[in-house]
Amino acid sequence: MARGAPARVQTTTALARTIRADALRMVHRASASHIGSCLSMADLLAVLYAGVLRMDPTRPDWPERDRFLLSKGHAAAIAYAVLAEVGYFPLDWLDTYCQDGSKLAGHLTYGVPGVELSTGSLGHGLPVGCGMALAAQRDGASYRVFVMLSDGELDEGSNWEAILFAPHQRLEQLIAIVDYNKIQSFGSVAEVLPLDPLAAKWRAFGWAVREVDGHDHAQLAETLGALPFEPGKPSAIIAHTIKGKGVSFMEGQLAWHYKSPNAEQLAQALAELGVDA
Amino acid sequence: MRNTFVDTLCELAATDERIWLLCGDLGYSVLERFSSRFPERYLNMGVAEQNMTGVATGLALSGKIVFTYSIANFPVMRCLEQIRNDVCYHNATVKIVAVGGGLAYGTHGYTHHGVEDLAVMRALPRMTVVAPGDPVETRLATQALAAQPGPGYLRLGKGGEPALYAAPPPFELGRALVLRAGADVTFVATGAILGETLKAADLLEDQGIRAGVVSMPTLKPLDAQAVLDVASRSRWIVTVEEHSVLGGLGSAVAEVLTGVAALRARLLRLGVAMEPSVVGTQAYLRHLNGLDAERLAATVCEVAAAEGASRA
Repeated sequence: MARGAPARVQTTTALARTIRADALRMVHRASASHIGSCLSMADLLAVLYAGVLRMDPTRPDWPERDRFLLSKGHAAAIAYAVLAEVGYFPLDWLDTYCQDGSKLAGHLTYGVPGVELSTGSLGHGLPVGCGMALAAQRDGASYRVFVMLSDGELDEGSNWEAILFAPHQRLEQLIAIVDYNKIQSFGSVAEVLPLDPLAAKWRAFGWAVREVDGHDHAQLAETLGALPFEPGKPSAIIAHTIKGKGVSFMEGQLAWHYKSPNAEQLAQALAELGVDA
Repeated sequence: MRNTFVDTLCELAATDERIWLLCGDLGYSVLERFSSRFPERYLNMGVAEQNMTGVATGLALSGKIVFTYSIANFPVMRCLEQIRNDVCYHNATVKIVAVGGGLAYGTHGYTHHGVEDLAVMRALPRMTVVAPGDPVETRLATQALAAQPGPGYLRLGKGGEPALYAAPPPFELGRALVLRAGADVTFVATGAILGETLKAADLLEDQGIRAGVVSMPTLKPLDAQAVLDVASRSRWIVTVEEHSVLGGLGSAVAEVLTGVAALRARLLRLGVAMEPSVVGTQAYLRHLNGLDAERLAATVCEVAAAEGASRA
C-alpha cells in the first residue's frame, strides 16, 4: 500500500473508506480475525477522529485531550488505522500488525500513541472510562471520555455496574457508544442473549440516550455535536450498524468475525470500496 | 490493623491530594474517618468490585493514587481480571486492600476465608504483595505502598492484633525483618500469623529450643537474600502463613531454595490445608491447621525429636 506522510483527511467519508481499506489489508496480511467488527464501526471512528475528538496527534499525552477507549479491543486493526491516518504514528506501522515484535498487537494495546487503554477482554472499557470521567469532573478539567462498546460485551456484568455508577456520579463528560451490529461471537445477539429494548435499558439506568444510524455521517456528526445530551447525565449513543459494513459479502455474516480475506477477497473488497488494490 | 491502615492513609491523604479511597460497600465504623475528612476523594462504589477496580484504574491513569478496600476475597477474586488487565497491564497506581485476610472471618465460612489471595496476587506481573504482621508493619507498609508507583496488594488482618515491635523496625518493601535470631530452627512468617509464631518461639524457648523468627511482610518481591541467610545458618526453615500451603510464602521460599546447591537446611511449609467446609472461629481453624502457637511449637518439637532420633 502507498505510504507517505499521514494524510490530512478532508472528509469523514474519505477517512472511513481509507481506514476500511487499511483494516482489510492488515487482517489479510496477518490472517487475523474480527474484520466484521472493524467495518461496523468504521463510520463512527471516522466521524469521531475527523472532527469530534479534541486531540493533538503530536502530543498524545496532552492533558486536556478527549479520551477515546475502545472497549471492543478485538476491533484493533481499524483503531490503529485511524490513529495512523490522523497522524499519531507512521502509516507503515500498520504493515506490522500482528507481526513478531510489532507494537501493534491483535487486541488494542497501550503504549501505542493514541491508545488510552489495552483491551481485549470484554467489559473493561466502561469502568475505566468512568474513572477517567470522574477524575475530569473532580479536577475541573473539560476533557470528555468516549467509550466504544460492542453489543456482545453488554453481556458482561461489569458494564452494568458501570452503567449504574455513571449517572449516580453525574458523569456528564462520559459518552458510551454502542456499536450495535446485532452479531456477537457465536451467533446473533437476538439468539444468544437479547439486549432489546437497549436504549430503554440505558435510559432506565439514568443515561441520556440517542439512537442513530451508525453509518449516516451527517446524523453522527449532528449527534456527536450535541453532547452532552442532557446536563448532569452521561450520554449513550446506540449506533445501529451492520457487521462487515461496506463489503457486500461480509455484511451481516457471522463468519467474518473469524475469517480473514484471501487475496482475491481482498481485491474484491477494495474494489467495492473504490480503493486501489 | 484496619484502624492503623485507615489512620495512616488519612495522614498521607492530608499531605498528598492524589490519594483516593474507594470501597466496595464495606468498612463500617472504620472508613468514616477518611470519608468525613476527604469526601471529595472517597467513594463507596457499591457492591461492584469489578467497576470499583476499573474506576480505580481510570483515576490512576489520570494521576491519582487509588486504594480499593473491601474484605477478604472480594477486592481480589471477584475482580481478578480487572486487577490483571486494567491495573497490572497498565502499571496503574492502584493499591488493593483486603481486610480480614486468612481465617480472620472464621465463622463466616469459606466464602470469607482469604486463603488463596497471596498465591494469586503473587502470580501477577508488576504487583507488589504485602502482608504485614502487626499494626506497626501495617503503618510502614501503607506508607511504603503509597510512595511507590504501580500496583500493590495489602493484605491485612481484621483488627485487634497486638503491636509486636517496641519501636518501628527498618521497614522496606522487599526486605525481611529479623525479629529474633535462632540456631537450628527459624520460623519465617508472613501476615497476621506473626504473633502466633512469636508465641511459639517463646514456648520453644521454655523447652530449651532456640527458634529464630523472621517476618516476611513482602511476599513479592521476596527477600531472597534473607531466605538464603536463614538457609545458611539454620537446619530447619519453617514457613508459617495463614494461607494455603500452595503458592504463598512457603512456595516462594521453596522457589528460592531450589537455586541453592548443597542446601543444608530443610524446609517445612506450614499453612492452611483443610477442607473448605469446616466451621469455626479463627482460633479454632488456626488450631486445626496447626497454626496456633501451641501446635507450631509442637510441630517443631516433633521435627527436632525426629532429627535427634535419626542422628542417634
